[in-house]
Amino acid sequence: MKFPKINFDNMKNEGTSSVTPQERRKFLKLGLAVAGVYAGGKILSLTSIVGTAHASGGSSIVKKYPYNPHYSMVIRQSLCIDCEKCVESCNKTNHVPEYGYRTRILTKKYSGTLDKQVEFIPVLCNHCNDAPCVRACPTRATFKDPITGIVRMESKKCIGCKTCILACPYDARYFSAERRAVDKCDFCWEERLSKGETQTGCSSACPTGARTFGNLTDPENIVYKLVHQLEEQVWVLRPADDTKPNIFYMKGNMRSVDNILNGQKFKYFDPDKV
Amino acid sequence: MTGRMVNISKRWGFHGVEALKNASPLYKLTMGMFALLALAGVSVGLHGMITGYHHVYGVTREISWGVLISAYIFCVVTSTGLCIVSSIGHVFGGEAFMPIAKRAVFMSIVFMFGGFCIIFFDIENPFRMAIWNVISPNFVSNMWWMGTLYGMYLVFMIVEYYFLLEQNHSLSRLMGFFGLVVGIAAHSNLGAVFGMLHGRPFWYGPYLPIYFIFSAAMSGGCAILFFTTLGWKINPEIMNQRMERAIKAITQVTIFLISVIIFFTIWKIITGMVSEGKHLVIMSFLTGDYAINFWVFEIFLGMVLPLYLLIRSRGNNFNLIMWATGLMMIGIFFMRYDIVIPGQMESVYHSLGVEEAKNMLTYTPSFHEIMASLFGIGFIGLAYFAGEKMLNGHQLEKHEIVPEGGYICPGCGAIHFMEEGESEEDAMKRHHRIW
Repeated sequence: MKFPKINFDNMKNEGTSSVTPQERRKFLKLGLAVAGVYAGGKILSLTSIVGTAHASGGSSIVKKYPYNPHYSMVIRQSLCIDCEKCVESCNKTNHVPEYGYRTRILTKKYSGTLDKQVEFIPVLCNHCNDAPCVRACPTRATFKDPITGIVRMESKKCIGCKTCILACPYDARYFSAERRAVDKCDFCWEERLSKGETQTGCSSACPTGARTFGNLTDPENIVYKLVHQLEEQVWVLRPADDTKPNIFYMKGNMRSVDNILNGQKFKYFDPDKV
Repeated sequence: MTGRMVNISKRWGFHGVEALKNASPLYKLTMGMFALLALAGVSVGLHGMITGYHHVYGVTREISWGVLISAYIFCVVTSTGLCIVSSIGHVFGGEAFMPIAKRAVFMSIVFMFGGFCIIFFDIENPFRMAIWNVISPNFVSNMWWMGTLYGMYLVFMIVEYYFLLEQNHSLSRLMGFFGLVVGIAAHSNLGAVFGMLHGRPFWYGPYLPIYFIFSAAMSGGCAILFFTTLGWKINPEIMNQRMERAIKAITQVTIFLISVIIFFTIWKIITGMVSEGKHLVIMSFLTGDYAINFWVFEIFLGMVLPLYLLIRSRGNNFNLIMWATGLMMIGIFFMRYDIVIPGQMESVYHSLGVEEAKNMLTYTPSFHEIMASLFGIGFIGLAYFAGEKMLNGHQLEKHEIVPEGGYICPGCGAIHFMEEGESEEDAMKRHHRIW
């Protein structure tokens, strides 16, 4: 079979003005779906997970979340510079012992890329809606807060069987000898949120806005705005485990974020200005 | 029951502490060694408990279940297995299997206690467990069911053992049945403790609960063969024709069960090789860090060698059976270790491709962990050797101890007592509730 020869160099550019917004959207959606299929078995699913992350069904972005305030964190991966201020702040706020951590920053190296050779990925408890640790705990020492959806610990009930540590697909738990219980991120509920603050230790310490914390049910909140963008790829870690996590990841390039947040400068991000 | 009053020690075949005193010096030395091992184990374990486990144990945040959990699983697998194998006889009526019942149930209880000894030093707050397991139960937690079901299992086994001693066959059979049902539930649930962890592809799935039951039956067959042939070394008089027949039958069953486990292992390896989540771990079995564990201990000592030796023994070369099953016990321990540790070797972030999770995680048991495990093993050894002497080799059919008015039941091998004016046949019918 013979293919007609197309001379690409001499073709006339039709321009983007002739593409309708509907077509453009359709094309992007297709791209996301293809990427999702491609990466489906991998740790990172590049398809937008918002719809499937919250059990309400449907592939479109859901309007209803099971908790209110539904605390969530959006991590804009490319903004992280590995300064570890978040880890420091977390350790200080929550009295984390030397041998443990509630959050950490992972390093991913690339070779053969033109723009970046390294990327930093902050990880912490994903406060999953379908938390494997909560199911695994024999004494309900770890539980899903019925109002905020935060996965919390009731230390006195912890028998130290360590099943939750192994159940967690995000390595977010460790046994704290000081507490005589398993310790984990509670979105700073004990130390900050329950005392009226609106930011976690890590998100308030982040100088670049890589970590943004907020309420997913509030359309005015930054995490709502970040997650509810059709043209941004939002993903979660280990989607195949189907834990419905509440930590969302995106690349977070300046321009698209800028658009959403009406011209706010993100070089030095101040979450209180949102 | 209005049976004839018989001295309880005779009735239960109980030889008491006297039997221990009369034991040979070598026997006492062996018992002393196990006692010392248990004592050393418990002291080191308590030391660890006071110092804080995270200072003395080799387990980490990523590999939080170590050799203690492996040893615990080894013990409870063997316990359940002894229950399963003994139930063929005295629950389901397979006559050839009947003579081993008493020793099997006794050792099943001992292994369960040994397991509890070990896990006591793994659970960080064992005393809280007793409270919160009861007043704050999580019914969807496998761990909760494991504790509860094994607790029930132990109670059933103890009651069953009491009725075995009492020669109340109907009740011991009933308790044995309940013990078996609860034991299988408990043990498959232990498999599910691992099998229901989403984030651990090496464990996840229905394979482990099923594997655990068959593997338990194999371990049970192996253990009862080992302890019976060792008992025969201690006291050759325990062997009679019925016992020889029982050994032969269990050897056959064990050969079958080893083949089943070989089948399971082959498919575990083959399916694991094409699974992205399991591939690394499987390769470390085949050619990596765990190759010696896998090929030498798990495959050779745990399966191939005992299979060959047991077939060669034809079920009547007791020396060969003892060696085969003794080595197999070591192999089985490594089998348990190879389930627990490698399941945690691959970091949950490995597939993310980050620097921190590039390499497989490693684990080396610490001195404290090994000693705390040996506490359980020491206890089991001590209880076994004490039991052999004090309970007279778990035999009731030795002629010299058949008390007046009793006779050996041709059906079950236990001693039955005739009531006034009753014939042996009537007594047997009464004991076995055959009307």
